[in-house]
Amino acid sequence: MHRRGVGAGAIAKKKLAEAKYKERGTVLAEDQIAQMSKQLETFKTHLEEFASKHKQEIRKNSQFRVQFQEMCATIGVDPLASGKGFWSEMLGVGDFYYELGVQIIEVCLALKHRNGGLITLDELHHRVLKGRGKFAQDVSQDDLVRAIKKLKAMGNGFGMIPVGGSYLVQSVPAELNMDHTVVLQLAEKKGYVTVSEIRDSLKWERERACHVLDHLLKEGLAWLDSQAEGEPQYWLPALFSELLSRDITPEEANQMTP
Amino acid sequence: MDRFVWANGLLEMNETLVIQQRGVRLYDGEDKAKLDVGVVLLSTHRLLWRDQKNHECCICIHLSQIIFFEEHAAGIGKSAKIVIHLHPAPENKEPGPYQHSKYSFIKLSFKEHGQIEFYRRLTEEMTQKRWENTPVLQPIPTGIGPKAGRTRAVGIVGIERKLEEKRKETDKNISEAFEDLSKLMEKAKEMVEVSKSIANKIKDKQGDITEDETIRFKSYLLSMGIANPVTRETHGSGTQYHIQLAKQLGDMLQAPLEERGGMMALTEVYCLVNRARGMELLSPEDLVNACKMFESLKLPLRLRVFDSGVMVVQLQSHSEEEMIASALDNVSDKGSLTAEEFAKLLGLSVLLAKERLLLAEKMGHLCRDDSVEGLRFYPNLF
Repeated sequence: MHRRGVGAGAIAKKKLAEAKYKERGTVLAEDQIAQMSKQLETFKTHLEEFASKHKQEIRKNSQFRVQFQEMCATIGVDPLASGKGFWSEMLGVGDFYYELGVQIIEVCLALKHRNGGLITLDELHHRVLKGRGKFAQDVSQDDLVRAIKKLKAMGNGFGMIPVGGSYLVQSVPAELNMDHTVVLQLAEKKGYVTVSEIRDSLKWERERACHVLDHLLKEGLAWLDSQAEGEPQYWLPALFSELLSRDITPEEANQMTP
Repeated sequence: MDRFVWANGLLEMNETLVIQQRGVRLYDGEDKAKLDVGVVLLSTHRLLWRDQKNHECCICIHLSQIIFFEEHAAGIGKSAKIVIHLHPAPENKEPGPYQHSKYSFIKLSFKEHGQIEFYRRLTEEMTQKRWENTPVLQPIPTGIGPKAGRTRAVGIVGIERKLEEKRKETDKNISEAFEDLSKLMEKAKEMVEVSKSIANKIKDKQGDITEDETIRFKSYLLSMGIANPVTRETHGSGTQYHIQLAKQLGDMLQAPLEERGGMMALTEVYCLVNRARGMELLSPEDLVNACKMFESLKLPLRLRVFDSGVMVVQLQSHSEEEMIASALDNVSDKGSLTAEEFAKLLGLSVLLAKERLLLAEKMGHLCRDDSVEGLRFYPNLF
């Protein structure tokens, strides 16, 4: 962007440019920006009107939220980009998702030592709902997914891995490539996987399978049961369904509040 | 609970509603059933239960299945209950919420009282056995509503009508909301078009833009949630809002950072700040954009991105050399350290402890022993 020149010469040049443009019927950028300011005010009024009638709908109806988000995406608008945006300020969508983000981070932090930073979307959903208490608004899995997408902006490895029809939510920067992901998906049915199973289903060599499993062990995402019948089993705590019912202990809760 | 079958909640011909009670939780034997609190209804023929929140979820059991039942009085912290012992489920039982159960009894827990009257009515119905006199047609399995045409719904008419009205009204509200939403989006779309047009003009230099106007344009984009089409950078950086935020953060984070050894993960900061605010929360992007301004605003904080992608805020005063030196000291002291041990030692989060050790390793002061038992760091003697 170049600064406006000063001096008579620059002014004259500018006048000439303006004249030329006006002749062709084109509007200059700076004029349009001034105009945009007015259009923005008008839009704000429309939004206020909409909010006064339908703000509750957004809060209470998860289907409506989905529609709203999808329509925004279609036209190229991100209602969650900033807490200072109109959408946030007037419709209150922002606070809903940003607070959800806080709750998601807290749950993931509290359980990280149990599951290495990997958790099923179902379990996350369950725990977040529990933490929100009886009178909080209902939160759908779509809401969680959108909140998580926003959290990615802060680095820290928030991501989602498609597994068995749903997702695993990753909250640590452990590097997980395609090989790791595929093994996780294989383990999803039973909560564990063995080297033989990997070799049979994926047709990998033993070395490749072991390499992947070792990495998962190191990252704390898998536990080794070397006393299992037959061959050792690699269990993924993220996929344990019994853990679903175990409450967060007070020590874990301490991890949650920074 | 495996005696229950799915129901549509409508009564059959000749079936009459006797009493209903809300606030009832079901138990499969001694265990709480995997259902929420609901409304229990007693008719001349059946015992029904419907979820208070989700009216689609409705189950029932025929009264002939009941062997006997008894009251359990309320206690401290315990609601009054009616325990109902049941015959085994018939072979051709329709599908229900439970496939199997190890119990042959259920309990109704009356969280909002009403058990006395309910017990009385149940006793009456079980004595009179009115269902034997007025047999009903087989109840329709779920999925096929009253539109199947055969059975007419009588009885719980009042409830159904109210539900229907509520549904219609909700539908009306929703469709109105959707209509208004579509109109609103049309207008938002116009704004997007305008901003694209402006951006193109700026690119083609059709006009001179001052810095002031640039800042204004950026703030308009921020308000609308439109990405800056010119630079494609995260919209909002450089706006007044983020400058203000950065200064606020500069004040607010001093003490917490000191307490945590000078460094906090950005997600920690996000939680801390938003919990403190309570309302008008920051978006993740707001936080990142504000932190990016620390340096240019000469605030004593810095945003830093580690190789792993972890983003942290750190105090300017805690220089890199200091951190590495202290890491080396601690490791030498103990011979070797894992990230968890280091974290405990300094009162840091494991994530940040690991980053420091990795940093020291990168600088050649530490080396690692990477095994399935974990990652351990030793002073680098090479």
